[in-house]
Amino acid sequence: MLKKHKPKLAVWKFASCDGCQLSLLDCEDELLAVAGAVEIAYFPEASRATMRPPYDLSLVEGSITTAHDAERIQDIRRVSKSLITIGACATAGGIQSLRNFADVQDFINIVYASPEYINTLATSTPIATHVFVDYQLRGCPINKMQLVEVINAYLNGRKPNIASHSVCIECKRRGTTCVMVAHGTPCLGPVTHAGCGAICPAYNRGCYGCFGPMETPNTSALSTQWHETLGVDKDDIIRVFRGFNAFAEEFRKESDYYESAK
Amino acid sequence: MNPQSRTLKVDYLARVEGEGAMHLKIHNGQVDEVRLEIFEPPRFFEAFLQGRKYGEAPDITARICGICPIAYQMSAVHAMERAFGITVNGPLRELRRLIYCGEWIESHVLHVSMLHAPDFLGYPDVIQMSQDHPEIVQKALKLKKTGNDIVNLLGGREIHPINVRVGGFYRIPTKKEFAPLIERLKWARETALEMVRWTSTLPQHEFEQDYEFVALRHPDEYPFNEGRLVSNKGLDIEIGEYEQHFTELHLPHSTALHSVIDGARTYFTGPLARYSLNFDKLSPLAQDAAKEAGLGSACNNPFQSIIVRSVETLYACDEALRILEQFVMPDQPAVEIEPQAGTGYSCTEAPRGILYHRYQLDDNGLIMNAKIVPPTSQNQRSIENDLRQFALPRLDLSDDDLTWQCEQAIRNYDPCISCSTHFLKLHIERT
Ligand code: SF4
Repeated sequence: MLKKHKPKLAVWKFASCDGCQLSLLDCEDELLAVAGAVEIAYFPEASRATMRPPYDLSLVEGSITTAHDAERIQDIRRVSKSLITIGACATAGGIQSLRNFADVQDFINIVYASPEYINTLATSTPIATHVFVDYQLRGCPINKMQLVEVINAYLNGRKPNIASHSVCIECKRRGTTCVMVAHGTPCLGPVTHAGCGAICPAYNRGCYGCFGPMETPNTSALSTQWHETLGVDKDDIIRVFRGFNAFAEEFRKESDYYESAK
Repeated sequence: MNPQSRTLKVDYLARVEGEGAMHLKIHNGQVDEVRLEIFEPPRFFEAFLQGRKYGEAPDITARICGICPIAYQMSAVHAMERAFGITVNGPLRELRRLIYCGEWIESHVLHVSMLHAPDFLGYPDVIQMSQDHPEIVQKALKLKKTGNDIVNLLGGREIHPINVRVGGFYRIPTKKEFAPLIERLKWARETALEMVRWTSTLPQHEFEQDYEFVALRHPDEYPFNEGRLVSNKGLDIEIGEYEQHFTELHLPHSTALHSVIDGARTYFTGPLARYSLNFDKLSPLAQDAAKEAGLGSACNNPFQSIIVRSVETLYACDEALRILEQFVMPDQPAVEIEPQAGTGYSCTEAPRGILYHRYQLDDNGLIMNAKIVPPTSQNQRSIENDLRQFALPRLDLSDDDLTWQCEQAIRNYDPCISCSTHFLKLHIERT
């Protein structure tokens, strides 16, 4: 009897901290089940065995920061039936996209003694800037349960069930008192994409936006409130939008606005 | 093909965190050249930290490495507190040790059971290994999860925890929230003990080297966040003297900054170094387990690091239990901070070895410059030396076998290539 073909899964890394792909190994309870449902065809962080392309599902972590990587992602797209980006680096350029707001040569000189050995692009860009992406999973890091859901959805040929509302809704659902209303703590929750489970407010701190902007966020209303009601410094507003999703369009616009107003 | 002259290369090293490559050039029965190449693209943390607020450093630097974010957060907060002349004591200090225990357990078990053990038993990965050893793998996953449970509760989430801040934490979980951890840790301690026994039965390579081990040493405890920096070859310094003794060489043909002591000496940091310099500070349970596993009070065989990591896992479970059983709620979740101009530095024991941070701050607490030296860049030279020594008597192995064994010699260090602030991309030289 012919064995049923198991979908081939590949995991790719670009400029990143490895945290998002590590989420897969952090699925202690689900890992063996996932591994039973797919063929792990390319996942160097976990296995020295590799299978030849094509791959049914490619998970891509990290952003594009070198000319070589800009080519590599094209090759990966070519051999992948579906391509899903995982995490803020891959979906928005990550914290390393802060170079996009500066001169990369200055950055190189600050970090390295012999800058001539450094080979890097002036920008850090999301994967979708380079190739077509089938689905984007947000977060720095991603939520591992959402990753399992996305893989499951893919395996069953359905749409992933991932909410696109703001972190505020997650706070309400969790029953957390609003830190902004109750304690005057600046919080990015109203403009940030859900997915983390509203952890920060549950630990008495404001959201710092690691899941990036939600759909059509009202960032200017929020920053005005921060500045006028909560007395947040304009430089601090720039800094908070220039975080792990600094290059995501809506956050970028907001930080650029305050910078140009300086 | 002449087996006396060949080049072995592995383009993507598997089961290391991040991406690296290995080159071994053999000529006339001699190891001509050994290179561990790292092609992790630079992300420039030290550059974009300039102009950021002191309070952002723990969250930002955590993103250097998803495998050891607590290490980055701990080095960052201690460096900032040093700059402001603050010490965090009592229950908050204990909780910082607790969260570090969680990271050690998580990271060590990941390496021991999922990345390293498959080498010893001849499997390409843990998934394949789990088909023949399901119980071992399932237990290891549950043990790893216990480490993650600690980080999850006290840190808010496993990867890039959100609850660590300069001065302490944002919120301290209640005694009731901590309670379930105690039962889980009791189970974990037993399981870690089994892991020590099991790893001691794995087939070992005879490979002892005369290393200079470098680790923190504290008068009262096995080191996490505090202590002097010592070695078995006479180094004994305050953390503030780090940059007078440790330098990073930027060699034209090197793939990374090589860190050396006093301009020349190669050294070794990580579990083997910590263990060998601090055996007497392990809990009695961990000491006994180590002895029973056949280890002495120092260990010079990097292949046995799999046993040493298991012993440290056992210690971390034991220590976490001690902390939880003696837990008292701190008065405040964090000590008040008054930023002031100055320089702060800190070195803490990441799972993979010492992690040094130094920040210079202005009087508003803005970072003027930052320096970060991750463990793997410090072990780079030692890894290459090992490869040279290890490969030489094994040159008659087939390419495949030699490659696999050399990979294993690299994985002894649990290299974390994502800690990339100091790694360079170099063109691969093909001859
Ligand atoms: S998105 Fe964040 S957690 Fe994920 S790889 Fe990038 S830096 Fe790491």
